[in-house]
Amino acid sequence: MELKAGISPTIETQQLEVNLGPQHPSTHGVFRMIATLDGETIVKLKPVMGYLHRNHEQIGERITYIGSFPFTDRLDYFCAMSNNFGLALAIEQLGGIQASERGEYLRVIMAELTRLVNHTAVIGFLLNDMGAFGTPLLYAFREREKILDLFEAASGSRMMCNYVRPGGVREDVPEGWLERTRAIVNAFPRFLDEFEKLLTENEIVQQRCKHVGVLSKELAMNASVTGPMLRASGVNYDIRKVDGYSIYPRFTFRVPLGTVGDVYDRYYVRILEMRESLKILEQALKGIPGGPAISPKGQAIGKAPRTFRPPKGAAYGRIEAPKGELGFYLVSDGSPQPYRYHVRAPSFVNLTVLEDLCIGHKVADVIIILGSVDIVMGEVDR
Amino acid sequence: MLPPPEEIKSALEQLLPGVSLTLDAGGLIVVPNDLVAVCRCLKENERFSLDYLANLTAVDYPAEQRMDVVYHLYSMAKKHGPVTLKVKLDRNQPVVASVTPIWRGAEFQEREAYDLFGVRFEGHPDLRRILMWEGFEGHPMRKDYVVEDQDVLG
Amino acid sequence: MIGAGVLRGMGVTFKTLLETYPWGRAILRTLQIPVTDGIFTIPYPETKQQHPERFRYFPFLVYDGTPDNLRCVACKICEQECPPQSIHIVMEKDEQGRPVKAHGRTLPKQFDVDMSICMSCRICVDVCPFDAIEMDNEYELSASDRYEHMIFDKHKLLKSAEYFQKIKPTEAATVDQRLAAKKAKTASPTGDKPSQPSGP
Repeated sequence: MELKAGISPTIETQQLEVNLGPQHPSTHGVFRMIATLDGETIVKLKPVMGYLHRNHEQIGERITYIGSFPFTDRLDYFCAMSNNFGLALAIEQLGGIQASERGEYLRVIMAELTRLVNHTAVIGFLLNDMGAFGTPLLYAFREREKILDLFEAASGSRMMCNYVRPGGVREDVPEGWLERTRAIVNAFPRFLDEFEKLLTENEIVQQRCKHVGVLSKELAMNASVTGPMLRASGVNYDIRKVDGYSIYPRFTFRVPLGTVGDVYDRYYVRILEMRESLKILEQALKGIPGGPAISPKGQAIGKAPRTFRPPKGAAYGRIEAPKGELGFYLVSDGSPQPYRYHVRAPSFVNLTVLEDLCIGHKVADVIIILGSVDIVMGEVDR
Repeated sequence: MLPPPEEIKSALEQLLPGVSLTLDAGGLIVVPNDLVAVCRCLKENERFSLDYLANLTAVDYPAEQRMDVVYHLYSMAKKHGPVTLKVKLDRNQPVVASVTPIWRGAEFQEREAYDLFGVRFEGHPDLRRILMWEGFEGHPMRKDYVVEDQDVLG
Repeated sequence: MIGAGVLRGMGVTFKTLLETYPWGRAILRTLQIPVTDGIFTIPYPETKQQHPERFRYFPFLVYDGTPDNLRCVACKICEQECPPQSIHIVMEKDEQGRPVKAHGRTLPKQFDVDMSICMSCRICVDVCPFDAIEMDNEYELSASDRYEHMIFDKHKLLKSAEYFQKIKPTEAATVDQRLAAKKAKTASPTGDKPSQPSGP
């Protein structure tokens, strides 16, 4: 760090341009970073994306509102349930649909389970990027798999759930599902304790993560960074609290905040967020009422998607997805297809600050900074 | 709490004499030339302090020969929002000032709108294609963009 | 002390190692440490995973009794609603272009599902007013040829109602109930042409 960039009295040095990716195990998908290096230090870094671009929005404008649901599963393929939830909220806003009580509870349970899935996986990947090859990731995947089994039992698919609908959920959970979920939720804190024992006080993890990739509060707000990354920088902004969408105001939970905004904070905020999610889950599993899992109007739409013609207008529905603010902007012209269908993807916008985080750090740090941003290319490229 | 849209409109007209604003169901419509001033005021004025640009996108209306750019603003400090701003542009030459100097969060979103819709954001630090590759022709999210193999199934 | 955190972490990995062996679990139990069954993987393909009943993969067509008595009436709703447009249906017609009927119903001459496009979303099942299409749980379908093996025609898609009852007993029971109620409701069992289905 003492060496001034490019200045040496005897040796003439030259900056080097290096491609990290697009096919690299630690770029979390087909993602490329063009890094300009001075020795080992990053001087400039330009992210290149779009390798997974499917023009999701164009597809969404050609099919019915309901037809978009399976495609949203494939946006952020770790959090299919949350993506469905976001689109369902936007459609509800547009069409003025009320969700059934049980449906709301089930959606919140699914969304919070998704948060557990996402955060365990991303911490595993972060450790993988750090060089702890395999072990923490597999421990994380072991727990994730238990929750994915729950998703499979409820929706029929582990990852491409296509389960949440405007008005509730597609079908009620099978018998015994809630008990199974309770058992898994009750056992989860023990895994988290163990996981923390493995990582939180590990000196290697601390030395790799602390004061690396610091994101200041001001920049985080200015650059529209959302989700755990924003809260790790100390900004208290959680859409579950701010908007109070769905039935979140009924639950007591806290919003964990970081102080420094480095990689370590981003890691630790996620751990704490999982603990808060468990609190929500406990309350939701306790308070879930009986009744239909979907409201009559929602069911009618699901049965005959082409009959759903929302009035002319626009709606912006947003949720606190595990990665940040997931927004759906829908414009209706009164036809069964949306006139405009836009996805505000959290990890896409969070990447804006990647260069700022990386400048001045070493190449090895770039990898863990990228890991701590938590991107999924299906969502970035859409 | 955020004042209702009518009040925002009149407050803005008071603060920035000369701007012309119209209100419709979708949000506050701003004339392209006033956009930067309005955005700066909305961000910096204590009453609004809309410091967070949540969403930026474009909507294409080929029938009316216009292209809208839509901004969804929230406040992280005051936890209110949204304020929806709309700019109506000429579809054949959609040019508008960039808001990236005001909100960094617009950087990638403006690049996306440029890439998929062809809206030029003047003053953007690095306006390149972002999702499509360089050298790609056309703007795939425009309504008149023709998909190559449209009738594969016959 | 530097290294204490690493050592504690290694304790966790050591405990996990012990959990994978029966004797290790016995040791942990005697030390009164909470134990989980340490093995989570299965040796596929020797053993197969037990899937929940709702597990879905690709759709199939249901017939009652004999394969010519299929529930599908070629109404093309699923073709229309399929998000990736993987379904292709042609209705059976005679020379004059009038729909041919069998068992009092129109029927598809051609019913193809391109399995390499299908994304197992279950929307076709949700929208079908006749419960004619259901989701299968057969997933070992790898093939070497995309067009020959991955486009399933009508004969490949047809499966009996008993098969459906076998793989998804709960769902099949509700479907059968619904169909029985419908049958009771229609006064003319000869079955006139089902009128244009209008929603649920």
